[in-house]
Amino acid sequence: MSAVTLNNIVKRFGTFTAVHQSSLEIAEGAFVTLLGPSGCGKTTNLRMIAGLLDPTEGEILIGGKRVNDVPIHKRNLGLVFQNYALFPHKTVAENVAFGLKYRDVPSGDIRRRVQDALELVQLPNVGERYPKELSGGQQQRIALARAIVIEPDVLLLDEPLSALDANLREDMRVELKRIQERIGVTTVFVTHDQSEALAMSDQIVVMSAGRVEQVGAPQEVYNTPSSEFVANFLGASNILEGKCTDIGADKVALEAPIFGKLAIPAEKAPLIKGPGPAKLVVRAEKLQLSQSPAPDGVVSVPAHVETVDYQGQAVRYFVRAGDTQLQAINMIDGYPFAEGTEVNLLLRPQDCAALPG
Amino acid sequence: MSVEAREARQPWILLSPALTAVALLLFVPLIFIVIYSFWLRTATGGDEVGFFLDNWQEALSDAFYRDILLNTLKIAAITTFVCAVMGYPAAYFIARAKGNKVILLLLLMLPFWISYIIRTMSWINILGVSGALNSVLIWLGVIGEPIQMLYNETTVILGLVHFLLPFMVLNVFVSLDGIDTNLEDAANSLGATRWQAFLQVTLPLSLPGLAAGGLLCFVLGAGTYITPLVLGGPRDAMFANLVFEAIITQLNWPLGSALSLMLLAVLGALVLIYNRYLGMAQLMKGLG
Repeated sequence: MSAVTLNNIVKRFGTFTAVHQSSLEIAEGAFVTLLGPSGCGKTTNLRMIAGLLDPTEGEILIGGKRVNDVPIHKRNLGLVFQNYALFPHKTVAENVAFGLKYRDVPSGDIRRRVQDALELVQLPNVGERYPKELSGGQQQRIALARAIVIEPDVLLLDEPLSALDANLREDMRVELKRIQERIGVTTVFVTHDQSEALAMSDQIVVMSAGRVEQVGAPQEVYNTPSSEFVANFLGASNILEGKCTDIGADKVALEAPIFGKLAIPAEKAPLIKGPGPAKLVVRAEKLQLSQSPAPDGVVSVPAHVETVDYQGQAVRYFVRAGDTQLQAINMIDGYPFAEGTEVNLLLRPQDCAALPG
Repeated sequence: MSVEAREARQPWILLSPALTAVALLLFVPLIFIVIYSFWLRTATGGDEVGFFLDNWQEALSDAFYRDILLNTLKIAAITTFVCAVMGYPAAYFIARAKGNKVILLLLLMLPFWISYIIRTMSWINILGVSGALNSVLIWLGVIGEPIQMLYNETTVILGLVHFLLPFMVLNVFVSLDGIDTNLEDAANSLGATRWQAFLQVTLPLSLPGLAAGGLLCFVLGAGTYITPLVLGGPRDAMFANLVFEAIITQLNWPLGSALSLMLLAVLGALVLIYNRYLGMAQLMKGLG
């Protein structure tokens, strides 16, 4: 049985539709990320699960029970906000104990459970302090402790890492995942940051303009995007308009500008059902710049380096092949190619994906 | 001149016009009042210059003044309480309104465009013997003869509430508006009903605004003389009316000075207590 089910959910604000007919099944204990740009409806979905918003149509089930008419305070959910939302007039221990007071927990147990929760987030000694005396990262840990101490059926995280500094964000990412695995709570995580989504999730739900674009494991969503939007939103992709000429048992024959004829694995083109217009999706990091000849089975195309965006261990090139501009992200050892260099673009057909045109 | 010295001087140059005005219009007159309070009003109507404690003795020992001072504080306290009870929900509504809060605040400020005296006198047209309320009640047949509703303590409090309510609403609004709405959502998600979340989170966090509004209402209410003059009866005089009486009617400036300093001391002490526990910053927020 799924922990959370959305059945044909629609949410309208006046004439604006924030969420179109979206359905979703979230498995017990899973870490599911709603990923998309701002305004895609991911937070609206989260707030509907939380009970902070009512869906206009459709139904929401938590643990198999319809909760549309269950008010938020009876849903038993843990909610963590981007800005922490700790109660500034209460101590850390009082903040964490807040939810337990409404659950008939004996006071001795409250103290023990608060302490356990603080230890779980590795801040056992701050109970007597006030939130403003803690750093942003510490405050977010306390917010997490406050949400999990009530043993929620579902943990809802609304961009919890966005307010933190870049380095801290990566530490907290690992920490958050560790805690989630430890307590095994079903978690719905909302973010616009693809690297957070890829690193933490069991499943990613990519959303755009109020619609669910794709649902799948991180590797699946990344390697086999089911739409142009997903291909562009997760990492950088080159998308070329071409056509499918033939479909075989395990290969799909594609004809695309610049690269010509390519035979790509059928599992990388699951949506292509027969010959016709098709789009070739080439991830920027799968396009290798080289001045050596291509090995066997690798397509090689001459190109011209236009712009170099040096990033330290990697570099992003904008190259021109014929009259098409392409992006390539290459790991480098030493110095990148200079602007104006003539290079070969190397591409392995099995690294490509294809979408219906 | 060094850069540091120039930078240190700059705020004082900018402040000097305001400081001059405050010094000449507030501190110098206040010193005059203090000096006056030690002079003596003679039987012939002149003032005898000197250091006499007679005015202070009279002001501090006469039960008449004490009773009116206590009554003044009581009326100010009731007014403040009524303003808090009526103002808090209004401030909450404005702070949580989805639409244009500026318009709502502007509507709240609208009465300030009309003179305080006119606003106070408008109650005579509403509650007077031939006022709107009596006319309607007679027309409806509820009463046969007009009722005298004016000129008692209740109408004084009514007039003061009318005058002071916006100060309360503004101060509470400012503190409610500064509270993150996620806090209530967080409390709800943890199992608190909306009412419990309000009592546990929103109300305690808005207390500084309530206290600031309360202080303003109390100090302004306790210092007023127009409202009791217009809407009160002969027995509803407040302390500032005594000062008015002594200085304008009896031309007894020395006694009037001593009385006004007494009121200043009582209200000043209140402000100091407030400042000790809550700080002036909250009040500034509400006024700004």
